[in-house]
Amino acid sequence: MASTDLRDRRPLSPHLQVYRPNLTMMMSILHRITGAALYFALLLGIWWLVALASGPEYFTFVNGIFGSWFGLLILFGATYALFHHMMGGIRHLIWDTGRAFAIPAAEHMAWMSLALAAGLTVLVFVAGWLAA
Amino acid sequence: MGRGFQTPLRRARGSGSAHEGTSHFLAQRVTAVFSILLAAFVMVLAVLLAGSDYETARAVAGNPFVAAGLLAAAATFVYHMMIGMQVIIEDYVHGALARPLLLAANVLFCGLVFILSALAIAKIAFGA
Repeated sequence: MASTDLRDRRPLSPHLQVYRPNLTMMMSILHRITGAALYFALLLGIWWLVALASGPEYFTFVNGIFGSWFGLLILFGATYALFHHMMGGIRHLIWDTGRAFAIPAAEHMAWMSLALAAGLTVLVFVAGWLAA
Repeated sequence: MGRGFQTPLRRARGSGSAHEGTSHFLAQRVTAVFSILLAAFVMVLAVLLAGSDYETARAVAGNPFVAAGLLAAAATFVYHMMIGMQVIIEDYVHGALARPLLLAANVLFCGLVFILSALAIAKIAFGA
């Protein structure tokens, strides 16, 4: 059918490969990637709740996995993803009010959110280490 | 070609906007704001309970206010991630079969995750 041919040969608008990567573009991509990662990282929290509901033996077992170097590495990554996505979300909420659309302001907020996300992640782990 | 007998208006009806885009946008923002507060609560709780034994963790999480906060967090996070993943699927998956299947799988997965977390929190709170 002619209409199918036309659909196959339809001209495409330029996609990712024609753009030079820049900061706000990478932050936009990372916002979606961290969001998708948190979709599955929430299972870690649910697993901990299920373990706590199941009884002391299973709780100790799960706590052991979370406390191992591998478990802590995963938790560190998940915590960073959470704070990265949270800071990115706050940037979006600021943009929703019509503010900070100029490139210098947007890039300033991008650097701020990277620094805050890293800082808050380290803060949580240092505080957790001190509390433990 | 039954469609040849339809008027252009009849063919266009139902193919346009569902008029629900704004509610999706608002739900995304409202759950985002509550997620900030509830994620802060969960992080504080995680720090306080880091390395604690079963009895302590159970007592703290079983406090009605803490359990209510955890349930609110589970509901808010799951709803936020469900509508977020819906947008990702709508952006990248265009197959006539894959798209509705993945959209449905997203709802199913999020529903099951919420039920599991709600049951676990209820069991912790009611002390069974």
